[in-house]
Amino acid sequence: MAETEVPTDGSSGKPGRWPDRWIGKSVPRKEDAALLTGSARFIDDMEPVAGLRHAAILRSPYAHAKITSIDASAALALSGVYGVVTGEQVAEYLRGIPSVVRTPIRFMPIAIDKARFVGEPVAVVVARDRYLAEDALDLIEVEYEPLDAAIDAEAAMADDAPVLHDVAGSNVAGHRTIINGDPESAFDEAAHVVSLDFHIQRYSSTPMETYGVVANFESVPDRYTVWSNFQGPFVIQPLMAGALGVPGNRLRLITAQASGGSFGIKQGVAAYIVLLCAVSRILGVPVKWTEDRLEHLAASSAATGRSGTVTGAFAADGELTALRFRNINDMGAFLRPPEPASVYRMQSTLNGCYGVQNIHTENYLVVTNKVPVGLNRGYGGTQFFYSLERFMDHAARELNIDPVDLRRRNFIDKDAFPYETPGGSVMDAGDYQKCVDELEARADYQALKKRRDEKRAEGKLYGIGIACAVEPSGSNMGYVSLAQTPEERAKSGAKSGANSSVVISMDPSGGVTVQLDSTPNGQGHATVTAQIVADALGITPDDVDVITEIDTMTSPWSIGSGNYGNRFSVAVTDAVVEGADRVARKLKIMAADQLECAVEDVELVEGQARIVGSDKALSLTRVGTQAHWNPVNLPDGVEPGIYETTTVTADLDGPTPEDTVASSVTYGAIFDLAAVEIDAETGRITIEKYVSVHDVGELLNPKIVEGQIIGGFVHGLGGAMFEEMTYDEDGNFLSGTFADYLCPTAMEVPDFEVGHVPTPSPKTKLGAKGLGDGSSMLAPAALTNAVADALGRADISPPLTMPKVWRWLQETKA
Amino acid sequence: MTRLSGNSKHSVRMTVNGRAHEGYAEPRMLLADFLRHELGLYGTHVGCEHGVCGACTVLIDGVPSRSCTQYAVQADGASIETVESLADGDTLNALQAAFRNNHALQCGFCTAGILMSATAFLEETPAPTELQVREMLSGHICRCTGYDGIVRAILEAAGVQAEGKAA
Ligand code: FES
Ligand code: FES
Repeated sequence: MAETEVPTDGSSGKPGRWPDRWIGKSVPRKEDAALLTGSARFIDDMEPVAGLRHAAILRSPYAHAKITSIDASAALALSGVYGVVTGEQVAEYLRGIPSVVRTPIRFMPIAIDKARFVGEPVAVVVARDRYLAEDALDLIEVEYEPLDAAIDAEAAMADDAPVLHDVAGSNVAGHRTIINGDPESAFDEAAHVVSLDFHIQRYSSTPMETYGVVANFESVPDRYTVWSNFQGPFVIQPLMAGALGVPGNRLRLITAQASGGSFGIKQGVAAYIVLLCAVSRILGVPVKWTEDRLEHLAASSAATGRSGTVTGAFAADGELTALRFRNINDMGAFLRPPEPASVYRMQSTLNGCYGVQNIHTENYLVVTNKVPVGLNRGYGGTQFFYSLERFMDHAARELNIDPVDLRRRNFIDKDAFPYETPGGSVMDAGDYQKCVDELEARADYQALKKRRDEKRAEGKLYGIGIACAVEPSGSNMGYVSLAQTPEERAKSGAKSGANSSVVISMDPSGGVTVQLDSTPNGQGHATVTAQIVADALGITPDDVDVITEIDTMTSPWSIGSGNYGNRFSVAVTDAVVEGADRVARKLKIMAADQLECAVEDVELVEGQARIVGSDKALSLTRVGTQAHWNPVNLPDGVEPGIYETTTVTADLDGPTPEDTVASSVTYGAIFDLAAVEIDAETGRITIEKYVSVHDVGELLNPKIVEGQIIGGFVHGLGGAMFEEMTYDEDGNFLSGTFADYLCPTAMEVPDFEVGHVPTPSPKTKLGAKGLGDGSSMLAPAALTNAVADALGRADISPPLTMPKVWRWLQETKA
Repeated sequence: MTRLSGNSKHSVRMTVNGRAHEGYAEPRMLLADFLRHELGLYGTHVGCEHGVCGACTVLIDGVPSRSCTQYAVQADGASIETVESLADGDTLNALQAAFRNNHALQCGFCTAGILMSATAFLEETPAPTELQVREMLSGHICRCTGYDGIVRAILEAAGVQAEGKAA
């Protein structure tokens, strides 16, 4: 995408030639200079407190085993070792963390009497340095009594399966059915009923920077201070404080300046925050721990694995009248909060892009002897759209309708927006037919179908796959309680909304600073924020400093804070716009006073407060700093200082007694097409074409949007083609290095073409929608559809590795 | 070859970014840890510690090398360049500037290693094809960008137009 460089210092604009708006321009990122010169500081670059000791974690080599004894005496005797802490000791200071699901299972960040997955922490060594701490791990004698493991989720549901949590008595930790509309009648009246079994594997976002924590316990008063690369959702903070048995103001969380990617998974660092808090308390020293790659792959967090069946009812003309989902969710060893959010995030958009009114959903939450699931890019969307869009392609084939056409027949009409879904979401805006027009044009769909015919005539295996999705953004904090029955919810107190907080200040020298609550990990939040504030105050993005670190003792924050659910461009930007408008209003009042004109006649442009249509102006700095230097003479009603704290919430109420909820603020849309050729001899897949059309609403910074979209696609590509957290049947973990867990490199990324059909959102001040998940949610469906089309069989699952495809080819031949 | 004792620290001297440095390392201390924690050059990052991701790449006597799979004592006497050497004060060099212009980084955690590999690559291959750039890059993992911006940035730095690969 060709973008002209926009200087951010106003130099494009000698007075009179400034851009009309910074928003909407590809302003280069404020973040980049520090990152490119190696001066940005990540958590492992920090020694925020004197006297740091270093932790290493002993982890279970068994998927399922009783811990009968731990003897740390040899480790403790090693010079330089400060202490060894076991699960039993930790349990004295840490309560298990409950899930919203009514189950007696509690999450603990360390095994106490039983280990439930390979890699689960069993003991923590604290020593002078990490090398020594790891030496000491080898000297700890743990006696295990291995137990049979429950690895496959469906097998784990059987009555005679090994039970992970004796208190629960079963591995089915939750089971709910939610019915919207009247699916039963629709199925009775259907002209066609189509059904597809599906399975999507557990994989993981694996950011390049792993988890890092520095925990320090101080007594009198008791207080835990933690530096980490936690990224929220900060609804976890009260849960962490609860686990540690302290009020929230005694658990101070501070995030590092820079964070090396997350895609959601750094939510899982919360487990290590509480663990290392307890260790610091027990040993009385500040403790630093940096996760290594093996630890990250084995024991941080997985995307939910899901298998099940989608069944749909169609009228004779191809109208989809009802959907039924039966989902078996592989949750790993615990329901670790905020789980089972991954299962319910899409609950109110189960209609996808379609107008289907009747939906029946049944979800099983199954615990297995594997690492617990948590936030990973696409969170719940990947799994859901995989099932729905595989089903739609399959149904098209069964009904003998072109897969694009079948979707077109069922799209929500553009005039139907705002559209209330059967699950209760109010979808803001969209034009799906136009999006697919764009997709067909960019992919040259008709020519591509001809090409497929020609290839097939030559005996080649060629397939086309389609997939489309809505992209819910800005999460309602109440949606997770759909995991409870209406009766349970009524007892446990209402939850709703999505707060965002921002502070905008001007200091006594005129410097403008914005403090965000969005804890970014590379998404350019500082840049976009500076663009917004520059527009409001008539200055340049270079004039605005943006602080993205959170300190829960000094920053404004709330349970919705953090970087998840595509939150920034819909929720955080609203707070920034509102806060910047308030500051602008104040500056105009002050300027009007000094310029002796009406407030309405003041405009903030080109670094000045100016009387509209005149050249009478004062520099903005001169106007604003009066609030510090000359507060006594401010106009009536103007408070001294400029330090504006703004908190806004999306107007999203909690679930209704009918189990409907508006899960998100905005609903973007994505339409993907993949064309593949498969080598019949080897099973090698060549992706000939991948086209993706997005409705992200207004593009706040096109270059950043583009980067998110391509990055999201490559995550989806990894999930579709290569990535899987693999275990053998005993639960041994087989993908613990980047040589075993294969992420796409530059050689594996095919040509990727992006189109935009933006419909501005009426729900956000800037008209933007969210976009972080993007095709990470769709590429597994689109590519598997294409391969299914090429092979002529639907019973295949990702990752579409060469050996698997080869095996399918042999089966088809046989 | 000097014999080193396993559990004592040894003096290690190297020229890093043109300056003489001296630090102390046990024989098993990784070069990456030495650069970061002993010399305070935190710009070099560690992403896997097993030689696959490329985040820790530095130039040792001009050759791009993984600093996570060798020991600091092995680099005794060597001349090393890290990401901190690239900019001239506040001014980004041409490669860094091209990264910025092409949105070739998001979180920036992988970036230092890629910049160092690309620096050596462009010296050997001043007019690369896109395929050559991608091949060189395949020794690095970036989880954020999808590589597209990185490829364009390196081609731009080489003064070559991206050949129809731009999204
Ligand atoms: S950290 Fe050295 S290659 Fe990954
Ligand atoms: S920019 Fe984040 S890993 Fe490359």
